[in-house]
Amino acid sequence: MNTLELTAWIALGSLLAGFLGALTGLGGGVVIVPMLTLLFGVDLRYAIGAALVSVIATSSGAAAAYVRDGYSNIRVGMFLEIATTIGALSGAALALYLRASIIAIIFGVVLLYSAYASFRQQPHATENQAPDKLATWLHMDSAYPTANGLETYHVRRVPLGFLIMYIAGVLSGLLGIGSGAVKVLAMDQAMKLPFKVSTTTSNFMIGVTAAASAGIYLSRGYIDPGLAMPVMLGVLVGSLLGARVLAGAKVKTLRIVFSVVIGALAVEMIYNGIAGKF
Amino acid sequence: MNAQSTGQTNTEQTNLQAHLQMDKRVDQLMGLVLRSGVLIAAATVAIGGIVFVARHPEPLTNYHVFQGEPAELRTMKGIFAEVLAFHGRGLIQLGLLLLIATPVARVAFSVGAFLYERDWKYVAVSVLVLALLFYSLFSGHS
Repeated sequence: MNTLELTAWIALGSLLAGFLGALTGLGGGVVIVPMLTLLFGVDLRYAIGAALVSVIATSSGAAAAYVRDGYSNIRVGMFLEIATTIGALSGAALALYLRASIIAIIFGVVLLYSAYASFRQQPHATENQAPDKLATWLHMDSAYPTANGLETYHVRRVPLGFLIMYIAGVLSGLLGIGSGAVKVLAMDQAMKLPFKVSTTTSNFMIGVTAAASAGIYLSRGYIDPGLAMPVMLGVLVGSLLGARVLAGAKVKTLRIVFSVVIGALAVEMIYNGIAGKF
Repeated sequence: MNAQSTGQTNTEQTNLQAHLQMDKRVDQLMGLVLRSGVLIAAATVAIGGIVFVARHPEPLTNYHVFQGEPAELRTMKGIFAEVLAFHGRGLIQLGLLLLIATPVARVAFSVGAFLYERDWKYVAVSVLVLALLFYSLFSGHS
């Protein structure tokens, strides 16, 4: 394969990954690594470097829109970014010491969880949450736009959210993904933020988390320009298209199909990891 | 839960409203920072990509085996030198550096926004996040 063909194929695959990732809310980054390693036979380290870059691009692009619409809770995001950046630094450091096959197995498990979590997206009640001392002290309580106008909400259990966010950061730095599913777990389940606020704030934070580990991956020589170029551009264009289609589409069937595909990729990553094929 | 039904006092209500209004302006500017950063980075990567593909008909890297990038593609100094020589790969790396800088610029912008709002706790929080980001960006680039 010459450079043009290789670039075009990788760009096309990345476009599809970005499109489906945006449409289903799973994010494009999570599919890029299995696609590059399993389909194109790319070394796991190069794949993680390229995925990390694409994650920054999509999250920053999408975050711009959500922040403007007033969904994201900037204070919650900012505070939890302390946890995710420290986590990302730990994860990137950990990546040096773990064997590629171990990283692949962890990747597969996280992938399985992400696919599972995308089914469980049911908004919980945000009413009747009592104010929390720490959250109040940190001015975290806010309001967000709904069909009935602005609704206020109280933020709960900040320390637990912080701890889960640290883990999300470690996974992001280790695997080159946004770990949106784990971030949503921290905010939606632990801190009881409204679901829409959790997902948009998670998106808002992903860029900073990924930037923290991307700097390290770049200086370590894991980010190859010839590979990162089609991946970044492909995922970016794909996710923009996906976000546009999402506005009117019914995505339930698609989400199921996509989750099954991701589940299969996850199993293959775990199998190859155990078989030592990385 | 409507804002009216929370049983907040009127002063608290006004504070929240003022707070949200201020946040809205900040949010819009922040969105602009993020969007333009991604756009400039993507354009730089695309230009570098065209130069790279045009000049190298055969792939330079065997992606099946990890070798790691040469110094000129993984240090800022090296990347800037490559850009001045108008090398495609150097241009792509510059675009990726700009992309990595976008969330960092957003955090730097937050420091300013929280200073403006006199929210000292969050000035401290955002300065800490910014310091962590700078640490990760510059610790490997000695």
